[in-house]
Amino acid sequence: MPETIKSPLPGTFYRRPDPTADPYVSEGDQVQAGDVVGLVEIMKSFHEIHADAGGRIARFLVENEDLVDAGQDIIELGG
Amino acid sequence: MEKVLIANRGEIAVRAIRACRELGLATVAVHSTADEGALHVRQADEAVCIGPPHARQSYLNVEAILEAARRTGVDAVYPGYGFLAENAAFAAACRDENLVFVGPSPEAIEAMGDKARARQVAAAAGVPTIPGTDGKASLEEALEAAAEIGYPVLVKAAAGGGGRGIRAARDETELAGVIARAAAEAGAAFGDDGVYLEKLLVGARHVEVQVLGDSQGNLVHLFERECSLQRRRQKLLEEAPSPALDAATREAMAGAALRLARAARYENAGTVEFLLDRDGAFSFIEMNTRIQVEHPVTELVTGVDLVREQLSIAGGAPVSVRQDELVLSGAAIEVRINAEDPERDFLPSPGEITALELPRGPGVRVDTAAYAGYTVPPFYDSLIAKLCCHGRDRAEALERTRRALEEFSIEGIHTTVPFHRELLDDDAVQAGEYDVEYLERRSVSVR
Repeated sequence: MPETIKSPLPGTFYRRPDPTADPYVSEGDQVQAGDVVGLVEIMKSFHEIHADAGGRIARFLVENEDLVDAGQDIIELGG
Repeated sequence: MEKVLIANRGEIAVRAIRACRELGLATVAVHSTADEGALHVRQADEAVCIGPPHARQSYLNVEAILEAARRTGVDAVYPGYGFLAENAAFAAACRDENLVFVGPSPEAIEAMGDKARARQVAAAAGVPTIPGTDGKASLEEALEAAAEIGYPVLVKAAAGGGGRGIRAARDETELAGVIARAAAEAGAAFGDDGVYLEKLLVGARHVEVQVLGDSQGNLVHLFERECSLQRRRQKLLEEAPSPALDAATREAMAGAALRLARAARYENAGTVEFLLDRDGAFSFIEMNTRIQVEHPVTELVTGVDLVREQLSIAGGAPVSVRQDELVLSGAAIEVRINAEDPERDFLPSPGEITALELPRGPGVRVDTAAYAGYTVPPFYDSLIAKLCCHGRDRAEALERTRRALEEFSIEGIHTTVPFHRELLDDDAVQAGEYDVEYLERRSVSVR
């Protein structure tokens, strides 16, 4: 099983801090544990999603603005 | 007026359906696909699905709501609070469709919705305002004004309100950065990057005055609500009357609210918000052109049903009470029960409510759309119930609130009930001696 980054909360997933900004991270980027990789909006409040381990982002498993469940995999990390 | 579309959800939609029913008005609920099992949908005479869960595509979707209104043949729209309640374009669109918008005119909403302009209207009406810029300000104007009034200052979005779009700056260096960020944020969030500046008043209280106006030019106030107990600028507990006002200040504040409402040619229910400083001087912050979440405390101490008044005023009737008939009776407290986990920094906690037992008994009112088996969706506000208690005096209202919180039993999700049980025992809350920063200071000292 490849390593993944999960959403800690249910809600709407966003790749950018605001609609006009650049994405937090993109495929191919190297991330460190603790880096912000996305936002989840729940009940009108926004919560950062942090990488819990370092690695290279292989691919996104959800699209921007998709609904996600708590614990759902959102990013797959690869070598 | 015979049939009303309720353009909202949750407890306020249920509240509006109740008032409509008492007045013999038929009701139409609108809902997103996430709210098919919601109480307002079950209680209304008819219900129309207006789109997917995201508010943008449903409760904020003007065209879908107007289409629902056409299809069901309603003659009025009740907006509630949040969503489209303070959207002047929506109020104007209703008027264009020959629908009665249960609220003020689009012109009044617009005049008060631009918070910088509202300040100017207030000042012109002789209402004290917080020292700051005259309307929207450039960086240069803001720096000049801040140098004159002194730091710290608040940078506020003109299109903001309700505690959103506000940033503080402690000095000149900070101000330049804060203005740039506030303008960019306001542009992204509200489509208007205008900002204005106000002096940050330390140790002030948030006190607001309820007004009602009608199409015949009658205008009354229904005294004040004290709303200083806030976390991140969101209210958690409100009470009426304010424990901080003496009779003279109460009269002066109400008079100022009426002057502003008159200047804005205000019709229907509205709230004029003030900051009250430690010396007892008050200044205007903003006017909310809608029903407030915390309106029940005013209903409990005046006996006036504000939502019923809103509907009858919109139908052309005068305000049902004269100013000299309005008297303050006892004290009332509202606590907001949110689906949030107070143990985890108030993290939202949606999900299924597996069991629910609401408090009852003397002096207790609960406004809610929750029921056992209801699933709180993750898409909307976390408010799930308002516990409102009335007593002959503040001490009795506090005792009842505490007792009712003990009876309040909810399972399946985390709520702010345990937080409020503790808050009610807090010495400062018991004494009524708190300001808008009190809860933030308290949470720091608890940690």
